[in-house]
Amino acid sequence: MTRLGQLRSETRFNLLGFRRSPAATFFTVVLPIIFLVIFTSIFGNEIISSTGARVATVYVPGILALALVSANFMNAAIVTVIRRESGVLKAMRATPLPPWVYVGGQVAASLVLTVFMTALVIGIGWLGYSVEVQPGAVPSLLITLGVGAAAFSALGLAITCVCPSEQAAPAITNMCVLPLYFVSDVFIPSDGAPRWMTLIGDVFPIKHLAVALGRTFDPFSEGVPMPAWHWLVLGVWGVFGVLVTVRFFRWTPRN
Amino acid sequence: MSGDTRLAIEVTGLHKRYGDVEAVAGVDLSVAIGEVVAFLGSNGAGKTTTVEILEGLRTRTSGDVQVLGVDPAEATADWRERIGVVLQGAKHEGDFTAAEIVTMWSAYYRSPRPTAEVLELVGLADAAGTRTRRLSGGQQQRLAVALSLVGDPELVFLDEPTTGFDPAARREAWQTIDGLRSLGVTVLLTTHYMDEADHLADRIVVISRGRIVADGSADELAEQVAMPSQISWDAAELSPGALGDRLRDLLRSEDESVPVRAAAGTAPAEQQTERHGARLALATRDVGEVVRELLAAANAAGVRLDSLAVQPPTLEDTYLALTGDALSGDES
Repeated sequence: MTRLGQLRSETRFNLLGFRRSPAATFFTVVLPIIFLVIFTSIFGNEIISSTGARVATVYVPGILALALVSANFMNAAIVTVIRRESGVLKAMRATPLPPWVYVGGQVAASLVLTVFMTALVIGIGWLGYSVEVQPGAVPSLLITLGVGAAAFSALGLAITCVCPSEQAAPAITNMCVLPLYFVSDVFIPSDGAPRWMTLIGDVFPIKHLAVALGRTFDPFSEGVPMPAWHWLVLGVWGVFGVLVTVRFFRWTPRN
Repeated sequence: MSGDTRLAIEVTGLHKRYGDVEAVAGVDLSVAIGEVVAFLGSNGAGKTTTVEILEGLRTRTSGDVQVLGVDPAEATADWRERIGVVLQGAKHEGDFTAAEIVTMWSAYYRSPRPTAEVLELVGLADAAGTRTRRLSGGQQQRLAVALSLVGDPELVFLDEPTTGFDPAARREAWQTIDGLRSLGVTVLLTTHYMDEADHLADRIVVISRGRIVADGSADELAEQVAMPSQISWDAAELSPGALGDRLRDLLRSEDESVPVRAAAGTAPAEQQTERHGARLALATRDVGEVVRELLAAANAAGVRLDSLAVQPPTLEDTYLALTGDALSGDES
């Protein structure tokens, strides 16, 4: 089969596996929607006096960031560790499939999930909460999604290097992202937070993703939003993920 | 290294060292095209390490290795098209059906066999639509064999294809592996069951502590170690006192209770006897002569000696003698 055909086949089976895994579907598709509904219900969808925008304009991009991290980082890492520990990756290494096609298939599947979740979250935000993507911000949205998906896919592969077993993978990946969500404008705006919390948020990539996405939904932004600084930080984290993966990734089980 | 073109596998002086441990300590091995060879040894003997070096999944410390004319350390995708690999304890992704997994893997090869044909080959046609988590151990193993056959390989490696299986699953796996022979595929399988090696392979190569200790058919191996047969009878029927001088001499050693198995590893006494409860037993390679003398003694004593039993050396005896495990106890 051609390389393109192999990529398509790998992507298709990754998505099929995703659909059949209740845990993966719940955490990546259902949970972000539940959060979106809960947060906008608790805080109401009022106009925030300081910005003049509705509450949901904060939550839609936040939840979109959550879904992107879940699809590209959490899901990819957990699936990879399961395959590694069950020997599937090792067996795959004994076939002619080039490793980059395997990785490419997984990244492509995550990207498809990202596009799906973006449409879903934006659709719900638009229909339910009157939140709109500013037409001029669409290119910025696409770039942010692309850079974010690439960076978190790379970090998802990198984190498998410190997951000793398939039981450890969900715990370790959650430990990485859950605390960060609270300081990264995902669950709550970090405006009034103590300085050390905003600093942590600034260092790690999730806040940069959420803020860059937020610019896309800001009804008062002037001209075309170009959150170049946030893209750069995401890019640096992505490069870090690639370097760790290239150096430490293993195809054989640890146990 | 040019290599013999009739050989699928050619290994000389293979070493693999992990720190201070020499897992493979100078293995020479050759497998002809079309041959089915069993690589027999206990756990930790170096089987899997050797095979994974041949599969290109592990590096070696030293030695020359040619598999289908290629050094596996420089494995290319083209070379991988020509080999099939079944890893030890192979598992599958549980959410996919057997047919889906085969189809997924067929995308890895240039000209794969059709999925239905592959499942038919390993007897899984009826389970094509079953999620792999619901397959039995034997079926999972057959699916692993199916995956190794998708690319229509010339050479297949099977690492411990039946370890941990119940007898029924074992027989299923055997049927599948026997089927490979009819495809004309060269097979190198590892096992720690002598009967499995005997059943499946044309030739058995025995490895112990990283070294090849024997090479041949099951019969040739048995001949090589020349294990004694066991002759036993009921002590109540024919007591030691009724025996002729020579046999009585043999039975004199009964009190030393020398384990019969140890006889093969040490410089063996010609014959030894051992007491098993109410039975008398002796081990000898001179079966005909000893039985004739026993029957003569029985005649003289006026008994029929219906309790007489002659047991040839078992495959396990041969195996244990070859690997010397009976003397050293368990290997780590």
